[in-house]
Amino acid sequence: MTEPVLSVKSLRVEFATRRGVLRAIDDISFDIAKGEVLGVVGESGAGKSVTGNAVIGLIDLPGRIASGEIRLSGLRIDNLSVEELRRIRGKRIGMIFQDPLTSLNPLYKVGDQITETIRAHSDVSESAARKRAIELLAEVGIPAPEKRIDAYPHEFSGGMRQRVVIALAICADPELIIADEPTTALDVSVQAQIISLIRRLGRDHGTAVMLVTHDMGVIAETCDRVAVMYSGRIAEIGPVQDVIRNPLHPYAKGLMGAIPTLAIEAERLVQIPGSMPRLSAIPPGCAFNPRCASAFDRCRVERPEPIPCGEQRVACHLYDGEPAKKDHAA
Amino acid sequence: MIAFALRRVIQAIGVMLAVGVIAFSMFRFAGDPVSQIVSIDTLAAERAEVRKSLGLDDPILVQFGRYFANAAQFKFGVSYQFRQPVSSLLKERMPATLELATCATIFALVFGILMGVYSALRRDSILAKLFQAVSLIGISLPTFLIGILLIYLFAVILGWLPSYGRGDVVRIGWWTTGLLTVSGLKALVMPAITLGLFQMTLIMRLVRAEMLEVLRTDYIRFARARGLTTRAIHFGHALKNTLVPVITVAGLQFGSVIAFAIITETVFQWPGMGLLFVQAIQNVDIPIMAAYLLVVSVIFVTINLIVDILYTIVDPRLRSTISRQA
Repeated sequence: MTEPVLSVKSLRVEFATRRGVLRAIDDISFDIAKGEVLGVVGESGAGKSVTGNAVIGLIDLPGRIASGEIRLSGLRIDNLSVEELRRIRGKRIGMIFQDPLTSLNPLYKVGDQITETIRAHSDVSESAARKRAIELLAEVGIPAPEKRIDAYPHEFSGGMRQRVVIALAICADPELIIADEPTTALDVSVQAQIISLIRRLGRDHGTAVMLVTHDMGVIAETCDRVAVMYSGRIAEIGPVQDVIRNPLHPYAKGLMGAIPTLAIEAERLVQIPGSMPRLSAIPPGCAFNPRCASAFDRCRVERPEPIPCGEQRVACHLYDGEPAKKDHAA
Repeated sequence: MIAFALRRVIQAIGVMLAVGVIAFSMFRFAGDPVSQIVSIDTLAAERAEVRKSLGLDDPILVQFGRYFANAAQFKFGVSYQFRQPVSSLLKERMPATLELATCATIFALVFGILMGVYSALRRDSILAKLFQAVSLIGISLPTFLIGILLIYLFAVILGWLPSYGRGDVVRIGWWTTGLLTVSGLKALVMPAITLGLFQMTLIMRLVRAEMLEVLRTDYIRFARARGLTTRAIHFGHALKNTLVPVITVAGLQFGSVIAFAIITETVFQWPGMGLLFVQAIQNVDIPIMAAYLLVVSVIFVTINLIVDILYTIVDPRLRSTISRQA
C-alpha cells in the first residue's frame, strides 16, 4: 500500500485553562489516502474542528498538541518551526472555513487575495499569478472570472464567496484539503453545488480531503470513509457505506437513527438521550457510557480501545474479542 | 461619488450657517457693541451716530445677512482691542496654530499607531505593559500640567528647549513657518508633544483594541491557513482593517487638537489663534471670538468631509453603498 497523504497517530490536543488541562482531542489515529475523502462527523464540541486545525497547525494558545504525530506524505509536520509550517500551509494543505462571509478580507479584491497567496508559495510574476488566479476562479465555477477577479468580497453571494475560498485553498495545488463545515453557512441548494465542487476537485487533482461536518447527508454522498467522533475520540471509523448501513458503535447507531428519511414515515425521529459531556466532566471509562443503552460494568471503568471489525474500527467493549457479542449488537 | 461629495458639501454649508447664527448672536447677547467702542462719557447723539454708521440700527436679519456675507469673504470686522481687521489678525496667527496642530497630530498618529500595533502583537511583553501604563497617565493628566512638567524638566532643569514662544520664523508669502529654522523646530517640540500626547494615547489604545479584535477574525485565520507570512498578515491584512475606525477618531481629534491648542498655546505662550482667543475673551473682544468660532468650525467641517472621503478610499464596501444611494 502506498503511503497515506495524511497520517495521524495517537494525537492529543490539550487546552490549558484556569480550571486545569482540558483534553479536546484524546488519542486519535486515522489515515487519509491520496484522492480519498474522509468525513469527520460528530456533535458540536466533539473535536472535529480542533482535529482539522491541529493538522494544519492552527491551534492557538492556550491549546497545544500534547502528544502524537501528524505526517503529511511521510513528513512529520507536528513539530515543525513556525516558518516551515507556514510554507506547508496553503501550499501542501489547503483549508476551507465554515463561513465564506467572514473568511475573506473585506478590504482587498479577491484577485489580490489569490495572487498574494500564489506568490507567497511560488516565485512567479504578478501577471503570471493573475493569469493563474483567473484560471482558478474559472475552475471553481465563477462566471466571467476575468471580470470578477477585480471585485471585492462583498460583491459576491455567499455561495460564490465559498467558491473563491475554495479557489484560495487549492491555488497551490495542495495534497490535502481540510474543509471545516464548508456548507453549514450556505443555502441548501448551494450546499450541494459546493459539495460536488469539492468532490470534483479532489478527484481531478487526486487531492485527499478531510471533510468536517455534522451533516450526515453530506457525508453519505461525498465521502469514501467516515470517522464518527465523540468527546475528542474516534468512536467508529470505516467505509462510509458500512458505517451508514451497519453502524457498530451505539453512538454511531444513534446518529444514523437520527437521520430523517423520506422512505420511512416515522412519527418521531430517534434521538440519543442526554448530551455530550463537557470536556471538564468526561466520565471515567467510555465517554459515551451515561447515554448508552448497551452500557455494562466494564464501560464505566475501562476506556475502550479501537478494535478492528471487518473494514471498520470501533472503540466499544461490545466488540471486544467475542464474536457472539458482535452478533448480539448487530 | 461626486453626488456624495456634493451632498456632504451642502450639509457642511448648513452646519456653517448654524455656527454663523451662534457667532452672530454673541454680538447681541454679550452687551451693546457700541458701548464697547466708545468711551463712557460719549453723548447719546454720538452713540446713535456710531450705531447708524455701523449699521446696528438695521433689522437683525439684515445685520445677520450682512455679517454672513462678509464672513464668507473672510471679513470679520475690526478687533475692539487691537483696532485691526480680525481677518488679518487671524491670518497672522493661523500658521502658528496649524503648524502646531499638524505636528501634534502627526506625532500622535505615528507614535499612537506604532505603539498600538506593538502592544497588540506583543501583548504580554514588558514594553507593551509599560505603554499601557503610560497611556493611562496620558489620558488622565490634564494638558496644561503635562506642559508645565515638560517646561520644568527640559527648559528649567536641563535647559535643552525654550520654554515659550515660537523661535525664529521664515516668511513664505503671508505664511510664517517655524519649521525651517533650528530654533523654530526646538520651540515646536514641547508644545507639539503636550498637545499630541492625549491623542497619541487615545489612538494607541484604539489601535491596540481594534487590532486585537481584527486578529481574532476569520479572515486573519484564513490568511494564516493560506500560509501568508506573519508580516503580510499583520501589516497588510490586519492593520488596514484596523485603520478604518482610526481614521474617524484621528480626523475628529485633529479638530479638537486645534480647539485644545488654546490651553497649550497659553502654557507655552505660542503666538497662535488660541492665544489670540484667550486674550479676546479677557478683553471681551467679540469680533475675534466670533471669527475664531467660525474658523474652527470651518476646519472641523472640512476635516469631517475629508474623513468621509478617506473612508470610501479605504473601505470598498462603503463605496458601493454610496453609489447605490446616489
